[in-house]
Amino acid sequence: MTDGKTPEELAEEKRKAVEDAKRKAAELRKEREKRNATEANPEEDLDLAKKKAVAAAKAKAAALRKKKELESSTATESPEESEESSGEEEDLDLAKKKAVAAAKAKAAALRKKKELESSTATESPEESEAPFGEKDVDLAKKKAVAAAKAKAAALKKKKESGETGVYDDKAKAAAAAKAKAAALTKKAEKESGDDDKAKAIAIAKAKAKAKAAAAAKAKGAKPKEPVVEEEKPSHNQPVLDGYVQIIRENLGEDLLEDAYINRLAKHVPTLVARKETYFKLAQFLKYNELLAFDYLSETHGTDFETHMEIYNHFYSYQNNQSVALKVKLDRNEPVIDSLTSLWEGANWPEREGYDLLGIRFKGHPNLTRIMMPDDWVGHPLRKDYEPYDVEV
Amino acid sequence: MIRTEEMLLNVGPQHPSTHGVFRIVLKIDGEIIKEATPVIGYLHRGTEKIAENLQYTQIIPYTDRMDYLAAMTNNYILCHAVETMMAMEIPERADYLRVIVMELGRIASHLVWFGTYLLDIGAMSPFLYAFREREAIINLLTEISGGRLTFNYMRVGGVKWDAPDGWIDKVREFVPYMREQLAGYHDLVTGNEIFMARIKGVGAYSKEDALSYSLSGANLRCTGVKWDLRKNEPYSIYDRFNFDVPVFHEGDALARYNCRMAEIEEALKIVEQAVEQFPEEGPFMAKVPRIIKPPAGETYVRIESPRGEIGCYIASKGKKEPYRLKFRRPSFYNLQILPKLLEGENISNLIAILGGIDIVLGEVDG
Amino acid sequence: MDLNLENITPEEYEEMKQNVFLATLENVKAWARSNSLWPLTFGLACCAIEMMGSGASHYDLDRFGTFFRTSPRQSDVMIVSGTVTKKMAPVLKRLYDQMPEPKWVIAMGSCATAGGPYINSYAVVKGVDQIVPVDVYIPGCPPNPAALIYGINKLQEKIRYEARTGKRVTNR
Repeated sequence: MTDGKTPEELAEEKRKAVEDAKRKAAELRKEREKRNATEANPEEDLDLAKKKAVAAAKAKAAALRKKKELESSTATESPEESEESSGEEEDLDLAKKKAVAAAKAKAAALRKKKELESSTATESPEESEAPFGEKDVDLAKKKAVAAAKAKAAALKKKKESGETGVYDDKAKAAAAAKAKAAALTKKAEKESGDDDKAKAIAIAKAKAKAKAAAAAKAKGAKPKEPVVEEEKPSHNQPVLDGYVQIIRENLGEDLLEDAYINRLAKHVPTLVARKETYFKLAQFLKYNELLAFDYLSETHGTDFETHMEIYNHFYSYQNNQSVALKVKLDRNEPVIDSLTSLWEGANWPEREGYDLLGIRFKGHPNLTRIMMPDDWVGHPLRKDYEPYDVEV
Repeated sequence: MIRTEEMLLNVGPQHPSTHGVFRIVLKIDGEIIKEATPVIGYLHRGTEKIAENLQYTQIIPYTDRMDYLAAMTNNYILCHAVETMMAMEIPERADYLRVIVMELGRIASHLVWFGTYLLDIGAMSPFLYAFREREAIINLLTEISGGRLTFNYMRVGGVKWDAPDGWIDKVREFVPYMREQLAGYHDLVTGNEIFMARIKGVGAYSKEDALSYSLSGANLRCTGVKWDLRKNEPYSIYDRFNFDVPVFHEGDALARYNCRMAEIEEALKIVEQAVEQFPEEGPFMAKVPRIIKPPAGETYVRIESPRGEIGCYIASKGKKEPYRLKFRRPSFYNLQILPKLLEGENISNLIAILGGIDIVLGEVDG
Repeated sequence: MDLNLENITPEEYEEMKQNVFLATLENVKAWARSNSLWPLTFGLACCAIEMMGSGASHYDLDRFGTFFRTSPRQSDVMIVSGTVTKKMAPVLKRLYDQMPEPKWVIAMGSCATAGGPYINSYAVVKGVDQIVPVDVYIPGCPPNPAALIYGINKLQEKIRYEARTGKRVTNR
């Protein structure tokens, strides 16, 4: 964010634009109310108002965007675009929200065809983005696709050279338990026969196909993310797609709740497991020869008030890749399988999770309090924690 | 047939060789440890809960007090996490200052470990030497940050203070001095017969165990895993320096000792290069908003602290306070392997093994 | 018992004046105690490193007759160097009880004094004086080794003052 204008100036401009929008919306509303009072044709009225509002919002958003465009003229070309624009996105979001709010207020005033109106109103700011930046978007998309392709090719090559180990045909059919046995016994086995090569190519092809689907899914899964961010797939997107592909092929379709790239955490591929499949998935991540996440870097829980969440960060020394595995738990009944049998290193962190958050890990060898004294009441890191003990 | 009886022996929480308030309950049969149960949490201060009510800048002093032997690295991990979330560009000068102080901190931390470890297993004088050199580093760090132990030096977007006049030259002079002293340590300790008898082959574990137990840092590198986040996932400007990752293969306490001593050497190399490349001028702080508000979402970053892999997880809701802050504390993970190492060992090896892991209780307990 | 000073030479008299002191037993005891304060190595947190630092080569606490002892039974000062948590509090109290009389306590650093930066924590005792009586408080987070030495000097002063005047500086 090294543009000429200071944040204050930007903010000022934005504020002005928003105020303008508000003022206009208010005027419109007044006008409409007047008409309403005179019993004019309500439908025509609505249409007109809608159009006007949309147009106004469009114009405003466009103006805003242009300004921004000018300020960050380099942004469209550089690959860091998405990162650089994160601050702007926030502002844009804000502006969007305000526009939406204004539109909604209008709708309330009219009290007619509320759903229709609000739906169009919320759409309007997005619409407005389309006309001006289309070229850029297209260009960026093309570039991103090319990059992704290159990466996929690299991946394929890597696989062909047999670096990542063998993909066992049987493992496909067998469950994770079998994969485990295979991994244990075949650690050194790293042949690069034609058979495997062919298979690897097939996998890579399938991956490429699945990529589109996964990308679409990822897009759909992040409704809150600003539109701008979607324009460039992350450099880790092919990696994530690879994981998803392998998991789908081996463990079935409905294992993952979600899979996306966490851009805030250095683009780490993030998998969200279902509660029931969490252990199975973790086991698979560790023992599958293509994934081989043999190192547990971190595991901890978080109380999100609506639910509990466990966040794991795995690392594969074989592939030099990270993955984050998350699982959502019921807050009132937080029970989950322990990963201690897979990674010994999960032992104490899980005890910590039990101690401070009250998450019960099934199958943990010694699930007792670790930080607090044994007679402590409550779990301090929960958001609703009330200190029970008296001061000494 | 001799009748033996198992006996419970409690070590700590007040014990001179536990480096803090670490307690371990031993079940011993004669001199042989049958079972070891570590009890931690005597220094659990609830940093993560406190942090949920503080602004990001206000949390930095708390990170100082977590791993108080290498406070600079801890400063950095928090700033790095927030900067990653906000996709912030750091001025070059700030990056160099950060690397220099972090590496000096790494040397100081290893010196404390060296001194106290030798003290624990019965050698008094290395402690005095190590602390003499550490005092020299502390003087350098005090000059730049104002603190001796808890520096509170880094900020999101840069560092708090610029290097004072002549400071870089002092650091430049320090490097050869430290090299000389390091050679002295090797003369004094490394290869000493008693010392070797004490730690060679003690507390050995395999590479697989190390990975399974999530060990990191020298505890992992002593088993032959060439893994250093400065090299493998370069953060800051570490990719500009030429340094090695010392690796040893035995997996015992001696390998860990060799590893750390070699790391001091490598850290000196980095400091030397950083001082040479140090930009003459430039800002030492990026333009950051007065109130830091990372975007909503979550992040997890990890860097290489003297003790291993330190990570920071932030769940943000776009407010000025973090919704959840969690540190991956390397000592906490590294200590987990202790019961396994102690099983079947002679009780006199307890301290040699525990000290070799290099824990800081502030970090273990969080 | 009288001293026969008639047969001594002036030189011997001068020398005697330099070597013979008259004092109450209390004063002598206080003098001896204050110059050989043996603290318990009771490192709790960050301050412990500074405590180690003051014992090490640069600050050299030994020159004040202060040697760290590793057992509570051999020591007469407890330097509480660091945050006292609620889990640690009973242990600290027990260690204090194990120390032989006379015994003193130095609260080193903000945490031991009043909870310090962790005052809002659910797990921390807000000042060690809620568990054991404290003689000297040393501010700082963590205090400089020089500050610790100053604190020890203050404790020595206090011990001597109490013996000399028979008053107590603090009422515990």
